[in-house]
Amino acid sequence: MTTSTIIASSAPKVQARTLSPEETHEIDHELTLYPDRRAVGLEALKIVQKHQGWVSDESLVAVAEYLGMSAHELDGVATFFNLIFRQPVGRNVMLFCDSVSCYIMGCERIKDHISARLGIDYGETTADGEFTLLPVPCLGDCDRAPVMLMAGEQYRNLTKEKIDALLTRVQQEQTNK
Amino acid sequence: MTDLPLTKNIDMSRAPFDIGQYRQAQGYDAVLQMFKDMAPSDVLEMVKNSGLKGRGGAGFPTGLKWSFVPSGDDAPKTKYLVVNADEMEPGTFKDRLLLEGDPHLLLEGMLIAAYTIQANTAYIFLRGEYLRAEKLLREAIAQAHEQGLLGKNIQGSGFDLEIILHTSAGRYICGEETALLNALEGKRANPRAKPPFPQVSGLWGKPTIVNNVETLCNLPGILRYGVDWYKALGKGGDAGTKLCGVSGRVNNPGCWELALGTPIRELLEDKAGGMCAGYKLRGFLPGGGSTDFLLPEHLDLTLDYDVIGKAGSRLATGTMIVLDDQTCPVGMVGNLMRFFSHESCGWCTPCRDGLPWIDEIFQRLEKGGGRAEDLQILTDHLEYLGPGRTFCALAPGAMAPLGSALRHFREDFDAHIHSGGCPWRK
Repeated sequence: MTTSTIIASSAPKVQARTLSPEETHEIDHELTLYPDRRAVGLEALKIVQKHQGWVSDESLVAVAEYLGMSAHELDGVATFFNLIFRQPVGRNVMLFCDSVSCYIMGCERIKDHISARLGIDYGETTADGEFTLLPVPCLGDCDRAPVMLMAGEQYRNLTKEKIDALLTRVQQEQTNK
Repeated sequence: MTDLPLTKNIDMSRAPFDIGQYRQAQGYDAVLQMFKDMAPSDVLEMVKNSGLKGRGGAGFPTGLKWSFVPSGDDAPKTKYLVVNADEMEPGTFKDRLLLEGDPHLLLEGMLIAAYTIQANTAYIFLRGEYLRAEKLLREAIAQAHEQGLLGKNIQGSGFDLEIILHTSAGRYICGEETALLNALEGKRANPRAKPPFPQVSGLWGKPTIVNNVETLCNLPGILRYGVDWYKALGKGGDAGTKLCGVSGRVNNPGCWELALGTPIRELLEDKAGGMCAGYKLRGFLPGGGSTDFLLPEHLDLTLDYDVIGKAGSRLATGTMIVLDDQTCPVGMVGNLMRFFSHESCGWCTPCRDGLPWIDEIFQRLEKGGGRAEDLQILTDHLEYLGPGRTFCALAPGAMAPLGSALRHFREDFDAHIHSGGCPWRK
């Protein structure tokens, strides 16, 4: 098999994006905390994702060049971690806990309700770019299951009614912008 | 004196103590005293004698773990302390309480541990989803710096310590200590071969101790009130207190600090308020998703590492997940298998291929494609993925709920095959 050779020779070389001054400033701060540049890889990807919403090929190459490591090696790290997004995501990423305590407390019904209401399954984004739904391992809030983390807020003891109220509020805020 | 050394400052209805309030409650006194009166070897002796066992899940004696770190003039100058705050064990929500409830307690414990092994840099490896903990820890670290409790020559002791907060991005395997070290070094979080153990060659090849949040939070009390006090806290064979949680269909789910040696019944009935009306207890995982099911007949056992061990399970994280009589045990275990399958790092073949195979069988059982031989295949995996067959403890941990469920809830598995799917959904 020579698949890798074919891809390597036919795929256009990805040009690095220029990192913004904010991004390089934050990455430079992280570099002061570790004795080795590549150790900052994950933190740098998180910084880029915070500013860009996700990690594009162009961002990945830019970070790899900045840290002096191969883009493939950095992509190995990027794709290993659940919370680094290598595809565009919606403005609100719903990290929906589907682990055991939430399962016992009926999270599947809540998930089905979200899916039905937004028309998306795990890994999908609504057509308006508002919501992405992702499963997440145990969020460590099991005494208040079912739970979900969205836009930095943890939502607990979820019910269908709470989901409806939350989605309506977010959608209205977007319309009013 | 207190009998709740971990939670005495915690009240989740208000913000945690800032450094002023924490010091007013005698916080950091133990550290100041330590700098004045104790050599690192004295602290090590004290922690060894206290009987403290690691609270992350494995229950390894903390003092013994520390004693493997090279010390003396010939020891490497650079050593590291790493805090495992990557709480992600299914059904486990105890470190969150400490991180959000009393961040300075963790920093004080870190000062004690770092001084003992003479590490001048400490990393807190925090799971990325713990956003509130991140904010509170950053504030606490800054406050400790301002008051000269971190940095160079702390309180004139000649000891330096910098604490660096690293936030991860979500992978269960990072809780395995050598995988965590790889992640901190910026690599994929595959576990490392042992030996060498991290105590000798850990982060960037330097001697490193990895301790769980709760383990470290035990240290200020031990130093302040002494070994005898600490041992007397435990009612049974184990010393100290433990954070214990209950989740599932109980009236008052939550997390409490209990004396080790407390009967499980007291945790379930007094603290968690017993089962919800209309639900009966069928079984429980005593310490998170990687432990064996125990049954109602085990409720009078005590929360002790050895006692739970003898009953065929593990105290592990101390957070109990309750299986009620209206939740399908096969569905519950299938949920865990899906979790472990997804979180396998993919490094070793038995785990990478075995767990998805198990997951697939559970999905088939659920949907009605279950075959009689499936249960034999599941049983075979208990051996294929058991201790010693895989690179790390992830897959053996997954086999704990699976094996015990096959023993205790066999009729439910059979029912899935005979009635063409999950009978609980019909």
